[in-house]
Amino acid sequence: MATDNRPLSPHLQVYRPQFTSVLSILHRITGIALAVGTLLLVWWLIAAAAGPTEFATVQNFIGSVVGRILLLGWSFALYYHLCNGIRHLVWNTGKGFELSTAFASGWLVVVAATVLTVISWVAGYASLGGL
Amino acid sequence: MTMRSPLSRARGLGSAKNGTDHWWMQRLTALALIPLVIWFVVSMIIVTGADHAAAVEFISSPINSVLLMLLIVATFVHGQLGLTVVIEDYIHTRWLEVSLIIAVKGAAIFLGVASVYAVIAIALN
Repeated sequence: MATDNRPLSPHLQVYRPQFTSVLSILHRITGIALAVGTLLLVWWLIAAAAGPTEFATVQNFIGSVVGRILLLGWSFALYYHLCNGIRHLVWNTGKGFELSTAFASGWLVVVAATVLTVISWVAGYASLGGL
Repeated sequence: MTMRSPLSRARGLGSAKNGTDHWWMQRLTALALIPLVIWFVVSMIIVTGADHAAAVEFISSPINSVLLMLLIVATFVHGQLGLTVVIEDYIHTRWLEVSLIIAVKGAAIFLGVASVYAVIAIALN
């Protein structure tokens, strides 16, 4: 029996993006970004084990403009994935599926992730002793 | 009426033969990662810009060593489970799909073990 010519359900791209669907795909995108970002943690730990010279190389990379931009993206991705992950865990208990609740929790996640990112960077620069 | 055999029902493994293992481990590691990630971010803010000696001192404290290793294990288990689903969803060429899933699992094990080894090497040095 031919299986390569069956009718398909409408492709994802025919649907207008909605707030909730954008947040949903953002969870996956930030997850992939974080998997890549974990490489920095691996590098940081192995360099620390290797010695001062190797460790200085990582620290210089993290402190560079490119490093800071990547770290800013990863920190937001981490907070977004963390907050939205908690939202998913709440959904797993069977609660929060009403449309108005899903929108409210979505906004809460976006605001919380943004605020936590800003607080972390202010705290980080304060910890460094200013800019 | 069900088309499933009583044995299949009792095993509860479904058509993918994995049951709820993947789904459940994804949630368990997510739960573990909530406190671990918060601890990690706060710690990284405190040691930001640290020189080698300060970083080694942070990593080698017993509580930090243990939490770092737990973070590494939970992160790589959670991450490879997530990436596996992404690959299954978007890669429709079977041999490429299977190859990528094997590569992701292999990389997660290699990088995870390397990271845990780094922490132990620092802690016991």
